[in-house]
Amino acid sequence: MSDAHVALKGVTRVYQRAGQEPLEALGPIDLDLSAGEFFAVVGPSGCGKSTLLDVIAGLSQASAGTVSIEGKPVRGVVPESVGVVFQDDASFPWLTVEDNIAFGLNRQGMDAAETNRRVAQALALMGLNDFARAYPAQLSGGMRQRVCIARTLVLQPRLILLDEPFGALDQQTRLLMGDELLNLWRKTGATILLITHALDEAAMLSDRVGVMSARPGRFLEIVETGWPRGRDSTIVASPDFGRVTGRLWSLLRAESLKAMQYQTGAARP
Amino acid sequence: MKLATKLRVAVLMGAVGLVETLCQTGAIARFTMIPPSEMASSLWRLLYAGKLQTDMTRTLLAVCAALTAAIVVGFVAGAVVHAIPRVRRTIDPLLSAYYSVPVFVFYPMFIVLFGLNDIPKIIIGFLYAVAAMTINTLNGLDRVAPVLLKTARVFRMGRAATGFRVVLPAAAPYLFTGVKLAVAYSFIGVVGSEFILSSGGLGYQIGFAYHNFDNRTMYALILFILGLVMIVNMSLHAWEKMLMARRGYQ
Repeated sequence: MSDAHVALKGVTRVYQRAGQEPLEALGPIDLDLSAGEFFAVVGPSGCGKSTLLDVIAGLSQASAGTVSIEGKPVRGVVPESVGVVFQDDASFPWLTVEDNIAFGLNRQGMDAAETNRRVAQALALMGLNDFARAYPAQLSGGMRQRVCIARTLVLQPRLILLDEPFGALDQQTRLLMGDELLNLWRKTGATILLITHALDEAAMLSDRVGVMSARPGRFLEIVETGWPRGRDSTIVASPDFGRVTGRLWSLLRAESLKAMQYQTGAARP
Repeated sequence: MKLATKLRVAVLMGAVGLVETLCQTGAIARFTMIPPSEMASSLWRLLYAGKLQTDMTRTLLAVCAALTAAIVVGFVAGAVVHAIPRVRRTIDPLLSAYYSVPVFVFYPMFIVLFGLNDIPKIIIGFLYAVAAMTINTLNGLDRVAPVLLKTARVFRMGRAATGFRVVLPAAAPYLFTGVKLAVAYSFIGVVGSEFILSSGGLGYQIGFAYHNFDNRTMYALILFILGLVMIVNMSLHAWEKMLMARRGYQ
């Protein structure tokens, strides 16, 4: 058995379609993530990045291969140590910000004092103190995403899966949110897997970046960034940052063209 | 008071004032319509003498029965149809065409089946209201964002917890619209049925007064029903606004 925090061995995901050929969405994928690592996945549109996240989270079952987290196999149920933040706004519009953040804790039956302590901490950490009693509809998209991140963090997951969490934000806000995410990562010591389509985001945030091929998505290469743990968004000005993003693009360019041809029907996977 | 509310009140008062003037000056013959002030005084007399109590209770009980059945059956039917796509595909065209069916034509059949009592009018009220509740339940469940259902799975919530803690609150605005429409339709169904063939109720009394050229009673009762429906609707509207304000919509 692997000592890795997350281990994928020969994972594939095939969708059966009535009256059509099965759709091979993913794999085979082999991947080991160490505890406390920040790993990003980039790839062309429709390559199966989100499918990979769903399979790791237990939201979707692998067609073949195995997924294990902390040595335990994942089979269609989200393990307790896993938190997931989606690209789409997943805040509950009928709950206030603090009730949203406390939702998972209340589900676990945590006592009120500890719940309040963790919620207060998360509100402060995410800069939402002044909006504790506000409803999601009264917040900007970025703030709603912070509510979702806070709701995940209060559960103190050891593995955080992020599916393009900053996808709807402008470039400046994304850089700032990236800094916040790095701070959280350092403070919590959690392992993070980030799905993103933004090469600069992947290059700035991660220890390693997995570059996926066009569908069926598999890793073409895993690029080591070599950043120190104490990094922040100022590294985008360094020559090494250009080297990493350049490498990512050189790997992805041909695959992105291929994916575009699939989408326009000019070629088949 | 908001400007829109002030305008609304002014339009209403203006319309009532205009009708009052037209009736008082004889531009509208008394045989056709009595002035609103006389409608109000006549209604007051009827209420004070306790003459409306029996019919009012009978109508309201029938509306409550039709409404409760429509809400429960409409919600369950909507949830079941939503859960089974094959049934949905079969039912959808029927639901779309439902309101072209003049339900009142079945009233004589219901009287034959159930007798000249309150059951036929409850069934008519129910039939009018149930489709609104079913359609709005389907609309509500259709619009629950898939990401919220995924989130429920991340929180390891079972089917019941997901239903009560995520799906119901997410669909609530549409369910509320269904309830509002069901209230209106059950009133229409019940009062309308009382006009046709009934032994009592506010609709029956309006019809009775009409056939006996008793304009004072007829208009007093019409005013009563209008006032009642308006109060119920405004209360539901205020409640809806409060619920929406809790979601951050002003």
